[in-house]
Amino acid sequence: MEHIVIIGNGISGVTLARHIRKLSDKKITIISAETDYFFSRTALMYVYMGHMKFEHTQPYENWFWKKNRIELKKGYVKNVETKSKTLHFAEGDTMQYDKLIIATGSKPNKFGWPGQDLNGVMGMYHKQDLENLEKHAPNNKVCNRAVIVGGGLIGIELAEMLNSRRIPVTFLVREDSFWNGVLPQGESEMINRHIKNHHIDLRLSTNLKEIKSDENGNVKSVIIEETGEEIPCNVVGLTAGVTPNIDFLKGSEIELGRGVKVNRFLETNISDVYAIGDCAEQHEAIGNRRPIEAVWYTGRMMGETLAQTICGNKIEYKPGHWFNSAKFMDIEYQTYGWVFGERGRPKHEKHFHWKHSDDTKCITVAYHKDTKAFLGINTFGIRMRHETFDTWLTEKRDIDYVMHHLSEANFDPEFYSKFENEILKAYNNQLQTA
Amino acid sequence: MSNKLNHSMSLAKPDALDITTKQKIALATGLIGLFILVLALFNTNFPNKAFFLSLSLGLIAVGIIVYARDAYLTKLEGIKNDGVWFKSISSRGVWGWIVGVILTTFYIVLYFFPEYLGLGSDGKANTGLIGLFDPLSVLLSDRNASQWFVYGTLYTVAILAFGYKFILKYRHNRYQQIRTVSVMFFQLGFAFLIPEFMYVMNKDLPYYDLKSIWPLNYYIFDEWSVNGFLSNGNIGLALLLFGIISIFVITPILTYKYGKRWYCSWVCGCGGLAETAGDSFRQLSSKKMSAWKIERWLIHTVLVFSVVMTTAMIYTYLGYDKNDFWLTRGIFISLVIGFLTLVFAAVMYFKRQELGKDAKYGAIGFFIVIALLLIMHFTGTTDQIFYIKAGALRSTYGIYIGSIFSGVIGTGFYPILGSRSWCRFGCPMAAILGFQQRLFSKFRITTNGGQCISCGNCSNSCEMGIDVRAYAQKGENIVRSSCVGCGVCSAVCPRGVLKLENDSMKGRINPTEILLGNDVDLMDLVNQN
Repeated sequence: MEHIVIIGNGISGVTLARHIRKLSDKKITIISAETDYFFSRTALMYVYMGHMKFEHTQPYENWFWKKNRIELKKGYVKNVETKSKTLHFAEGDTMQYDKLIIATGSKPNKFGWPGQDLNGVMGMYHKQDLENLEKHAPNNKVCNRAVIVGGGLIGIELAEMLNSRRIPVTFLVREDSFWNGVLPQGESEMINRHIKNHHIDLRLSTNLKEIKSDENGNVKSVIIEETGEEIPCNVVGLTAGVTPNIDFLKGSEIELGRGVKVNRFLETNISDVYAIGDCAEQHEAIGNRRPIEAVWYTGRMMGETLAQTICGNKIEYKPGHWFNSAKFMDIEYQTYGWVFGERGRPKHEKHFHWKHSDDTKCITVAYHKDTKAFLGINTFGIRMRHETFDTWLTEKRDIDYVMHHLSEANFDPEFYSKFENEILKAYNNQLQTA
Repeated sequence: MSNKLNHSMSLAKPDALDITTKQKIALATGLIGLFILVLALFNTNFPNKAFFLSLSLGLIAVGIIVYARDAYLTKLEGIKNDGVWFKSISSRGVWGWIVGVILTTFYIVLYFFPEYLGLGSDGKANTGLIGLFDPLSVLLSDRNASQWFVYGTLYTVAILAFGYKFILKYRHNRYQQIRTVSVMFFQLGFAFLIPEFMYVMNKDLPYYDLKSIWPLNYYIFDEWSVNGFLSNGNIGLALLLFGIISIFVITPILTYKYGKRWYCSWVCGCGGLAETAGDSFRQLSSKKMSAWKIERWLIHTVLVFSVVMTTAMIYTYLGYDKNDFWLTRGIFISLVIGFLTLVFAAVMYFKRQELGKDAKYGAIGFFIVIALLLIMHFTGTTDQIFYIKAGALRSTYGIYIGSIFSGVIGTGFYPILGSRSWCRFGCPMAAILGFQQRLFSKFRITTNGGQCISCGNCSNSCEMGIDVRAYAQKGENIVRSSCVGCGVCSAVCPRGVLKLENDSMKGRINPTEILLGNDVDLMDLVNQN
């Protein structure tokens, strides 16, 4: 029986394993050094905040794996010998595979800051990071202040986490507005204000120079690059993006770039070795997507796709319309299609922006300035229906159609105030198409 | 991993997160209010009962209100679940168990030893706790309080005060606010005030909470109750007819249109308490597959029991001779069997596919009921059915289901089993509504395409123990008989994945293998297989 070995028990690897099991009788092993069972990484924050216990982040009960004949091995793969199809574990043992899938995800970026390896400096990615945070920041008596470096999705989540335990937070963001490499200006600025409303000390256009240590090797303070200001703190969160977690493959014959290089079939240069999820790097980007897509949904899609290939129905990774979501403290964010921030925005892309007077809801609709084709939407504080936008994108609707039919896409709970009329009015005013 | 539960025995600091000084004062205020009730329980003779009763209930309400305002209004609108799994009381810690024991004890005394609460028997005046409530009862309906009046008052105060707290907690969510106002209204009006006023207008009518429908209201068709209605002319007859129409006509129509939520989380008193006072315990319900299996057996067993028991009760006071009253024992038993057969046949004909493996269990259940009814008919004498005294069946149901299951376990175990263990495992009304909801309803919780991140907030907050995530992460709508439509899963979802809605029956149940957002050809290929 063919032995499929998956390194990594995240959403990509587990989705792949489940689908292979549905399609075949192959022997499946999932390897992880992080945890015994699959858990939802995106839910780690809720464990620290006390909304859930760690076991609640596990989407499948523990009996699920045995019942579906998916073997779980806890171990750290030290290196991969592709010629003999052998994995060597740090613990000393080995494992043979027939097909190998690398689904090892990411690790937090560190940019060589002085002091970045001190006690109390951590990313927020692995379960071990959470344990580390619990140790160094259990409450505001042990941790008088935390400094977060890096203004992205993980950074703001970490800020929300620390806030829930009333630990004062200073949030250093390199850009001049939160996440404005991705978000258009109006949205980004609204989130700036929301962060400050949560009493978080948001510092824009601010870089970290170094992290200072006390006599025991613990974090004592950080120094700001621009001003030289010293901010005393006990914890430093490094959340300046992630990189593929593939150091263990250096020295193997598998071609690496920033991630594991794969073609559209998610195959590496070595036959019977594949890579999916955060750690896979496409030779060429697919459409507007990045070559490395470190997103939950794309990891799952690659798993769904590769299962077909492994079970004999060779299929390209051909994702549909882009979508994503996040939550910035209390403000939910969804996006369908493409809406670019100020940087990297194609010349033909124009925006319609509407913001509610309460400063917690807004939408931005991107369209082609000549053809008026609808390109995408960002929505904050208003839930929208994925299926509706997916259909409109497929049907290549124009912005007029979308604006006049926006209520069909509303996904807010019943009895919520509706804003479609107000939005349409603003649209007609701004674009004078009425 | 230190996602530690605080199982510390320290009474001074049971919480991971400290509460503010204002909250401590509020807590103390509420406890003083409760302490007055405890003093009354131990027969402290208050000089002015009306004053001390008002003081007690007032302090309790003010304590809860001040606490809630400080907890929620000092923060921005949003989800307020910080620390629920750290707090001893809401994570089965020491405080949780202490509160559980106190509540359970209260229910045992209430149901079985009301004399300890001060109920005066044989015409003697009430003393103790019940005595304290006499002035309010006299004010409302000019009679002394009973243990049920005390219970009803405390129940109503709890729903109103904790309802206010819940409204503040979800002040960004109009569905939650309107729903909570609804349960507060139905408790205060229908369960508490209207029955008192009905008594004032007509002292012979049996107590009737109009929104309490058979089989939840298992005593409505008891002989004393039916006689009570029938001996009171048209109004009594109207009320009795309303009771029958409620379950056979109103309920199916509303459940078809809105799902069982119209009752369970908008109207029902048990649900009302669970949604308000029980809100802090909703996360404690078990989401395990094994719990779901137990649930299905238990709740349907209770349903069978209640149907057979009610039929038997009515049967015993019907006559044999149609000259006395057209509804004789023979006609009645035929009607019941005919009705059940009709329902069973219709379901098997129209919904056989949807039921899958469960069809077998449904059939077993049906034939057990029919067999029981026939055995009853042929073993029935004037005062015996199943060779046992007729009243014994009814009192067994009353004690074990009506009192122990719904009260002692259902509410007393809030801090251990979560807030809806009665609704989930025991309520025969919930079973009937759930059956309708699963098979004939426009209601579902729609899953938003591929947006789920499997975080588990939805499952965690489901008081009915539904593993919501298991559906959401498959892109499958949630159509479950147990769902009471409280909407909290949708509220806590960080990615806007869940929406409660009433839509067409078509495509309501939509299991998918590949979620929206992936390759359309792959979706076509896999999802159609």
